[in-house]
Amino acid sequence: MIHSLFLINASGDIFLEKHWKSVVSRSVCDYFFEAQERASEPENVPPVIPTPHHYLISVLRHRIYFVAVIQSEVPPLFVIEFLHRVVDTFQDYFGVCTEAAIKDNVVVVYELLEEMLDNGFPLATESNILKELIKPPTILRTMVNTITGSTNVGEQLPTGQLSVVPWRRTGVKYTNNEAYFDVVEEIDVIIDKSGSTITAEIQGVIDACVKLTGMPDLTLSFMNPRLLDDVSFHPCVRFKRWEAERILSFIPPDGNFRLLSYHVSSQNLVAIPVYVKHNITFREGSSQGRFDLTLGPKQTMGKVVESVLVSSQLPRGVLNANLNPSQGTYTFDPVTKLLSWDVGKINPQKLPSLKGTMSLQAGASKPDENPTFNIQFKIQQMAISGLKVNRLDMYGEKYKPFKGIKYMTKAGKFQVRT
Amino acid sequence: MQRLLQLPVNAVNMVKTVQSQVQGQEEAKSPVLTPDSAQQTWYNALQPDELRHLRSSPGTGGSGGGGGDQEERATLEEGGGGGGGSFQTQPLRHDDLKEMLDSNKDSLKLEAMKRIVAMIARGKNASDLFPAVVKNVACKNIEVKKLVYVYLVRYAEEQQDLALLSISTFQRGLKVQLISISAFFVKVSTVLKVKKQSYRFIFSHNKTSSFDFSLDPEQKDQLIEVIEKLLADKTTLVAGSVVMAFEEVCPERIDLIHKNYRKLCNLLIDVEEWGQVVIINMLTRYARTQFLNPNINVSRVQNWVYSETDSSFLFPCMRLFKSHSIALWFLSELFRAVSLPIEQSHDAALIYTAIRKILICCLTHVHVSCFSEVQYVVLQNVATMTIKRRGMFEPYLKSFYIRSTDPTQIKILKLEVLTNLANETNISTILREFQTYIKSMDKDFVAATIQAIGRCATNIGEVRDTCLNGLVQLLSNRDELVVAESVVVIKKLLQMQPEKHSDIIKHMAKLTDNIQVPMARASILWLIGEYCEHVPKIAPDVLRKMAKSFTNEEDIVKLQIINLAAKLYLTNSKQTKLLTQYVLNLAKYDQNYDIRDRARFIRQLIVPTEKSGALSKYAKKLFLALKPAPVLESPFKDRDHFQLGSLSHLLNAKAGGYQELPDWPEAAPDPSVRNVEVPEWTKCSSREKRKEKKVEKPFYSDSEGESGATESADSESDSASGSESGSEDSRSGSESDESKEASESEEEEEEDLKTRKKKEKPLKKPVQESERYIVLINSSQQREGEAGFLCTNDPQFRMNSCRSAETTIAPSSALKSYELLHRITGEGLSVEYCFSRQPFIPDANMVAVQVHFTNNSTSDTKSLHMEDVKLQSGMRVKEFPEIELLPAGETATAVMGIDFCDSTQTANFQLCTHTRKFFVSIQPPVGELMRPFFMTENEFKKEQGQLMGMNEITEKLTLDVKCRNEHAIVQKVTTAANLSRVPCGSDKECRFAGRTVTSSSLVLVTVATKDQGAAQLTVNCEKMVIGTMLVKDILLALTQ
Repeated sequence: MIHSLFLINASGDIFLEKHWKSVVSRSVCDYFFEAQERASEPENVPPVIPTPHHYLISVLRHRIYFVAVIQSEVPPLFVIEFLHRVVDTFQDYFGVCTEAAIKDNVVVVYELLEEMLDNGFPLATESNILKELIKPPTILRTMVNTITGSTNVGEQLPTGQLSVVPWRRTGVKYTNNEAYFDVVEEIDVIIDKSGSTITAEIQGVIDACVKLTGMPDLTLSFMNPRLLDDVSFHPCVRFKRWEAERILSFIPPDGNFRLLSYHVSSQNLVAIPVYVKHNITFREGSSQGRFDLTLGPKQTMGKVVESVLVSSQLPRGVLNANLNPSQGTYTFDPVTKLLSWDVGKINPQKLPSLKGTMSLQAGASKPDENPTFNIQFKIQQMAISGLKVNRLDMYGEKYKPFKGIKYMTKAGKFQVRT
Repeated sequence: MQRLLQLPVNAVNMVKTVQSQVQGQEEAKSPVLTPDSAQQTWYNALQPDELRHLRSSPGTGGSGGGGGDQEERATLEEGGGGGGGSFQTQPLRHDDLKEMLDSNKDSLKLEAMKRIVAMIARGKNASDLFPAVVKNVACKNIEVKKLVYVYLVRYAEEQQDLALLSISTFQRGLKVQLISISAFFVKVSTVLKVKKQSYRFIFSHNKTSSFDFSLDPEQKDQLIEVIEKLLADKTTLVAGSVVMAFEEVCPERIDLIHKNYRKLCNLLIDVEEWGQVVIINMLTRYARTQFLNPNINVSRVQNWVYSETDSSFLFPCMRLFKSHSIALWFLSELFRAVSLPIEQSHDAALIYTAIRKILICCLTHVHVSCFSEVQYVVLQNVATMTIKRRGMFEPYLKSFYIRSTDPTQIKILKLEVLTNLANETNISTILREFQTYIKSMDKDFVAATIQAIGRCATNIGEVRDTCLNGLVQLLSNRDELVVAESVVVIKKLLQMQPEKHSDIIKHMAKLTDNIQVPMARASILWLIGEYCEHVPKIAPDVLRKMAKSFTNEEDIVKLQIINLAAKLYLTNSKQTKLLTQYVLNLAKYDQNYDIRDRARFIRQLIVPTEKSGALSKYAKKLFLALKPAPVLESPFKDRDHFQLGSLSHLLNAKAGGYQELPDWPEAAPDPSVRNVEVPEWTKCSSREKRKEKKVEKPFYSDSEGESGATESADSESDSASGSESGSEDSRSGSESDESKEASESEEEEEEDLKTRKKKEKPLKKPVQESERYIVLINSSQQREGEAGFLCTNDPQFRMNSCRSAETTIAPSSALKSYELLHRITGEGLSVEYCFSRQPFIPDANMVAVQVHFTNNSTSDTKSLHMEDVKLQSGMRVKEFPEIELLPAGETATAVMGIDFCDSTQTANFQLCTHTRKFFVSIQPPVGELMRPFFMTENEFKKEQGQLMGMNEITEKLTLDVKCRNEHAIVQKVTTAANLSRVPCGSDKECRFAGRTVTSSSLVLVTVATKDQGAAQLTVNCEKMVIGTMLVKDILLALTQ
């Protein structure tokens, strides 16, 4: 499947290559560079590039292109998925996935890639298993290793890999047994000029951090499981049980993992927690434009909307903006024409606003593009879909774990058109 | 010093990049860099890396040697900067790397290997280090070892000869308990094309390591065999890799899948996501060849989707998408399968929910995924699907609305989908949406939107005017690109109904003054030329303007000017004759030959001269013929012949290795090939099925009873025939009579005993002399002590044994005796042994060995006993009691027990008489290491189902002419192995069961006969060694 992998940085240097089958010359990347030149933006490089003998499938993350070389028919998504998994693993191991981090840990990277892909076919991609095979580098461990001469390579084959629950290792022990679940929902919205919602959808995930001794068997039930429309589970979840009883029953992996991701479709009515009033006008003939933006909370069930950030790409004709925020700070980059306003919390008594004027190129006619506003925010202690966890029970072990559940709503792709 | 002296030479020879040259010079200049001895070199080399980690400042290592505090860090950087930094200079350091590798400190080796791996990662050539690296394959340090393997995997292919040297070390490595290391070994050895070991390894470890498949054809068969075995394995871990291997090695051997099809379907849900993709792909192909096209009638669709047996793979994956790719794979097949109008099928709801699931999943990925690459691929596929099945996606129209933050390529794909979805009912919303897009800042996207509007307008007649008006408004847009694009689209739209729109044409004619985009200009000119009758006054004027600027126009515009001139000449020659002449003259001297050519051609055609032939008469018809309106088509129109989700589909070109999905078969192939004897796998969740089973049960038990009866009858006759061979007819007859009576009489006395010793095994008849035929452990004797191992012609034993022969079904065949001591070597004493096939009462884990002593000499032999027993670990022997006297010419029999630990290792001991010692050894045939075990057919099937995969060995054979009937087979098999027959419903199959003596592992043997003596032998046994050997033995017995 995957023959080789090249890592290319923003300036077009190939800084890492790995071959699983025969060696593919790095000149194959020239085709990629060609495509890169043709694309106006970095993200417009086509993910699949055919070359005379190979196919290049690439993903762009953290300003690094991961280019996989393929020789024959393979589902492109398969490769793309795998590349993303590689990036996630790097991030997991090194904290960041930057060129410097990869170069610093080149040996670990190589060992990881060797384990993740076997003869071009994905083998061990589960992070728990990988971490048992190759221990992630930490400052402490590097010190210990240099002093004692021990290694990063796991001595044992992961205990779980050949068992019935490959995702969990055996013999886990903790003094504090705790299980945390974060219900995080992202709301994707498009609001049109007049303020009416065009589309609204909710994507949710339940991320878990489980640190429990032994082999606990957990069940998690919801107050309103019907809300979940399209779900995809971590492999540990017993699917039959979910089908029959709408209960999540599972033996959790050790540590952090994504238990479930779900989708609440637009058919259900979605409450939009924020509203935007805007008035952006350019007068014909004058080199001034008026800018007026006000934010307000709506249907937040008394919770505070925080970390609000508004950003917008203003029309090219705008030379500068002279605005006055009622709270927070704003920046305008005259080169990229990017306006961003860091609002902070929304106080319902005193709504935040950003008012002022924009100066246009003298003599130029008024721009006919309309900017859109992208809004980011967070609401703690609330899942916007109304999803609620009913209870969490543990079987199979005797002790009493500490259980915690957190809800959060975030803006995903929240766009307001003007 | 040494290094410094070398440096310039090295630099000239080896340094390739400018950077490294720079660095080299820097180093040469630096006075601090001169290490005094070689040793210090590598001390320096090691130091910085450690320090770097201690400081934990990634920046210092990463940036190489150019830092500001050069002086301070110079020594460190010079040392190599560790794994990250300055491996540009590494070509210079190969010597110290070699030195480090040769040292006996693991830490140095490790450091060296790390740097070498870093070199490989950068794409630098490290092949000259091969000999130095290979040496370290035996290193104890695991990390060094692992890195050496990494190195070998990379370079072994280039340096095969050298790499082969390291093979023996690998083989030693195999024995190492570390599986992870052995797995590496496999990888390396596959690279080295030493494949035998590799798959034996996989075989034994059952680990999911797929192998290299670029192998010689002669090994293919062996590989297929392994794959077949692994396919039968029922662990989820293996499934993905095996199917992958199957696809690579022998995708044409679809017959291997039959038996495993249902199992794979059921396993699918638990297989890791990468495996799922591969398996679904394979199953899709399988379904295509093995099932009828479900589109032909509705009920079949329903069956296909719902019948749990044959398409159970459909559901699990639909419900549970562990990865995006699966959804797509899946979709592709379902999509092809259910191409009949879903809404019409009476079971639509069911199918619809299934499809809906997939759709939602698709859509989720369209807009949840923050990765544009995933969106890109999914949208490509959705675009293809929307062309054929608009209805499916229509409810989700809004999911494809475009956000300003999407990358342009995603926007354009979404636009494509929206356009495909447009119909009479939703066109107004779509157009409203398009209007906002037109105001976007992304001009490429705006252009694409305009084209999309054009397509909507051609497809949906109702909105054509609205669209046209909208587009005309765009003509006054300030952006030239937008205007140009609109012109092109309007031109296409106008072609459909030009009469009504002469004002638009007039408006566009005015635009020629402003628009500079050649494509747009050309379009306007074409329009005016085509419809010059509608704008008779404007057209000549446009031509006049164009003639003026002819020389400055682009080629495409020039061609259209000529075109316009020709058309005007034909319709309105009065006004335009001179203009046309002028244009044609200009064109005649154009640089572009195409234009010159066109000019010449048109001049001949339209300007009547005496030479011009018949064609000029038709000039008007040629130029002013009614042209069909262009059809605006989606670029995804013709893509659906590629499998959705495939690379070929994405590129719209056949990728290497793309396999067309085969067409549905005309007639359904035999579905029974997928039947597996084990009901466990094919989960019968539906109640009906369970009921059926219950109903069937009495039938089964009946047949069991029947076959059981016939079985015992068989065995009886067998035993009779067996004994016939050894003794006279009359004798055996009387014998059994006797024994029956005797047993009756004794029954009462020994009732308690009998119940306790129910498992007492039947007698075995030695083929030897008729006098010593029965040996059995007399239970009463045993109670008294263990003196009864030695038996002579005691009639009591005979009776006992006959009774037991009635109660159990004896595996009946003549016992084969083996020589322990030959008459000559034994100086008159000959000893033979046979396996009596009876339980050894003192220890159930031992195999009873019956030993016959014959004293052929003239003198008596005294105190026969065993001594000095030498055994493999774990084995035990229960010696036979000493025979005090064996007179000359007499025979004696004794029984000893040996625990072989379920292996065919020999038991060595000394046989001692009062005068001599003989070294003898007993090696059991594998068939004697088990004892019969009675089970019913159902139990047998159940157990067999649990012993699949690695535990199953199947061989094809041709039966010997003599043993083609069931009878003979039973006899042969039971002779070869101590098994009991399992009743069986079909006469084509003989089944046998037993348990190994020591570990009580089940041994199941099936002989399935086919036509003309062909047969298949299957052995299921937990102990693979036993299974393999047993297969050989039985095979031998059946084919001779």
